[in-house]
Amino acid sequence: MTAPVVLDRRSVLAGGGALIVSFSLRHAVAQEKAAQGPKLPGSLATSPNLDSWIRIDADGQITAFTGKAELGQGFKTAFQQIAAEQLDIPFDALKVITADTKLTANEGYTSGSHSMQDSGTAILHAAAQARALLVAEAAKRFDLPPDGLRTENAAVIAPDGRRLSYGELVAANMLHVQAQPTSGLKDPASFKVMGQPVPRVDIPAKVTGGAAYVQDMRLPGMVHARVVRPPSYGAQLIECDTAAIEKMPGVIGIVRDGNFVAVVAEKEFLAVKAMHALAAAAKWRESAKLPNQHDLAGMLTALPSQDFAIFERGNPAVSGATSLEATYTRPYQSHGSIGPSCAVAHFVDGAMTVWTHTQGVYPDRQAIAEMLGMPQSSVRLIHVEGSGCYGHNGADDAAADAALIARALPGRPIRVQWMREQEHGWEPYGPAMVTKLSASLDGNGKIADWNFAVWSNTHSMRPGGAGSLLAAQHMARSFAVPAPRPLPLPEGGGDRNAIPIYNFPNAHVTHHFIPAMPLRISAMRALGAYHNVFSIESFMDELADLAEADPVEFRLKHLDDQRGRAVVEKAAQEFGWKPGERAPQNRGYGFAFARYKNLAAYCAIASEVEVDRETGRARLVRAVAAVDAGQVVNPDGITNQIEGAIVQSTSWTLYESVTFDEVGITSIDWQTYPILRFDAVPDSISVHIINRPGQPFLGSGETGQGPAAASLANAIAHATSKRLRNLPLSRKRIKDAIDA
Amino acid sequence: MTMVKVNGRDHQVDADPDTPLLYVLRDDLALNAAKFGCGLGQCGACTVIVDGKAVLSCVTPLLLVEGKQVTTLEGLGTVAAPAPIQRAFMEEQAAQCGYCIAGMMMRAQALLMRNPKPSDAQIRAELEPHLCRCGTHMRILRAVHRAARLMDTVDAASDRSIR
Repeated sequence: MTAPVVLDRRSVLAGGGALIVSFSLRHAVAQEKAAQGPKLPGSLATSPNLDSWIRIDADGQITAFTGKAELGQGFKTAFQQIAAEQLDIPFDALKVITADTKLTANEGYTSGSHSMQDSGTAILHAAAQARALLVAEAAKRFDLPPDGLRTENAAVIAPDGRRLSYGELVAANMLHVQAQPTSGLKDPASFKVMGQPVPRVDIPAKVTGGAAYVQDMRLPGMVHARVVRPPSYGAQLIECDTAAIEKMPGVIGIVRDGNFVAVVAEKEFLAVKAMHALAAAAKWRESAKLPNQHDLAGMLTALPSQDFAIFERGNPAVSGATSLEATYTRPYQSHGSIGPSCAVAHFVDGAMTVWTHTQGVYPDRQAIAEMLGMPQSSVRLIHVEGSGCYGHNGADDAAADAALIARALPGRPIRVQWMREQEHGWEPYGPAMVTKLSASLDGNGKIADWNFAVWSNTHSMRPGGAGSLLAAQHMARSFAVPAPRPLPLPEGGGDRNAIPIYNFPNAHVTHHFIPAMPLRISAMRALGAYHNVFSIESFMDELADLAEADPVEFRLKHLDDQRGRAVVEKAAQEFGWKPGERAPQNRGYGFAFARYKNLAAYCAIASEVEVDRETGRARLVRAVAAVDAGQVVNPDGITNQIEGAIVQSTSWTLYESVTFDEVGITSIDWQTYPILRFDAVPDSISVHIINRPGQPFLGSGETGQGPAAASLANAIAHATSKRLRNLPLSRKRIKDAIDA
Repeated sequence: MTMVKVNGRDHQVDADPDTPLLYVLRDDLALNAAKFGCGLGQCGACTVIVDGKAVLSCVTPLLLVEGKQVTTLEGLGTVAAPAPIQRAFMEEQAAQCGYCIAGMMMRAQALLMRNPKPSDAQIRAELEPHLCRCGTHMRILRAVHRAARLMDTVDAASDRSIR
């Protein structure tokens, strides 16, 4: 066993038998240590001490820690299952503490379907190793070999019946040790908690009106703020007479810093009223020039790009006979959180605390500290759940708004919530994209040559630096938007899933990275994979058509990956897919498959759609999905994620695009940015999970987005005999295609 | 001062009569369930029951509910003693982020009070004003069906707080 890392402040922080570590110190040591020796599993690689993940107090209280943020995806419950299983304690015998810069490890962002791989894996191994340490300690005290001892219900039990509880066994430094590269994990066949559909721990409060969200926080003395945003990107505040507003009853103050303007009031609705008055008083000079939204493909491909050949495979012996080419586009799309972003900030004695639904408490802390010119050690960010975000929405900006306002009003907890039009108008959108594909078939109807080119912005402008925050961009001493960077492969950004999983003898994939960002953009669920999978899987169907082959058989013909083949076959079988089968009139069947990022979860989806030829309205009637997300921790959690992905992706795919004119965003509410409503909800969705006991967790949050879109597009093509390549596949586009 | 009856209790509220009911519930009465989603009556997250009918509280001024019976999700039951609709949503695990759920549940509750055995089409039509961004719709529909079954088997008196 590695010797414990000794931290000077430890003795001050540790109380009784409790194991508490200072994270700022610990992290520095951790990084140094992590550079040596073999790579540790999951986030143990960056936070290697067991007590970063598992804490056992002398009174028997057990806590698991994660640096990831619960966003409604349910992993808090899954992590609790993992820790309970590996520690051999009942599910209810422990708590999980999520992202908090004072308490948890720095796990960066909660994104990319990484929570299970990073944090779940760290907790799995930390819990197993903690259990081994407890057993070793008990063996010493019992004077017995550890092999004969067993664990049950938070205690180690000797063959003779003697029993020592974990609380009795834990010593101050026991878990303050570095993890080992391998762990004595339990045999999946013996699992009692992992693999079970344990009900989510957060749902009871959410369905009874409990305080479940940052929006529900009510600190003593808390007051309400609203921000007046500029009318368009880059607008300058030239005049704002605030005298009358300051005299409004209940108004506490106005915070003005350059182009940042906010009002604070005793009560929430007074803040809203004052915000409207302030917005009316503010005079702005607008300068934004937005591109033509009706020619996104032309606009994007005309912008300067940095070009990367990201995949090259050649086999001169194979060449194509017949060929096909196609261009697919995706518009800017909105995260569209139902609850506008919100944060609470409190500035006391030079220390700032912000409660936020950010996906990255540490990076957002760095950005907010830089904006305020404060040391990071004086800023604490605590994650509290918000409305679902599906990527980088307004959460980080709202946290910055609250912090900037709180600094102006020390001692007062400040709650800021955005208005609907602010969320829709100012969130960083999922970027517009263009893909151009060409391919040729050999004499046997197999793909001989494949060319794929994607044009895209980056897919992350998340904080880290202050320049990513609206408040920091708008304040007088403003911070410039940082230069965008393409996200590195193998995960990628605009090129996520651009490299085909299929085995083609000749393949060329190019990423045209576009630095210029006419609209504010950042990470949205699945990043470029949504459009790239939509493109690849639509084009596979077009090629299957050309080869006069069944789409499922055509995919299998080019797919060597065994786990990939298994989900394709499972989805087809559960759907009742029959090659060449015609659907009833005005209906169509579609199929699509991808392995998210080519390294995470596998997902195949078969769909049935109904198209009204008179109106062009398409409705998903049923969807059948098969998913392999590695070892399953909570099957209902995976099912919920895939069901949600199918419905959300159906909404993106059929309805959604951000609209704008020459100056500003015009999709600013649910009327101007319509999303799926209940009349378009399918009759059924079924999800079939292929469990892989003992295999790594692959995460399931984003794997469904791309396949759902392509499956739908392919079903619409099947129903109408028309191929639509521009997202969204709107009623008008379908109608126009039918009438053409 | 305006008198409102919320979850069976009288409250004197010191808010302007044009204040939307949503802000009175959240800010003056410290109730969590009704949510601010749009303030425009477009999403349903703020839905509560007023005199038996589902109402969008973000566009309903305090003035219009004076003397009326307002019921929020808190008034139906608790974690320890959930109402049938709450039990049904827990049993179906009918939430992801859950921000829209309280509003959905209140609309469904109002439907089930006047039509204890709605068809699937009736439930879908009733929930049309409500948006869910996580895509939890299939579970929400299952939960409303389950709530109808639970209410059928539970003594009608359990709807204690709905008057």
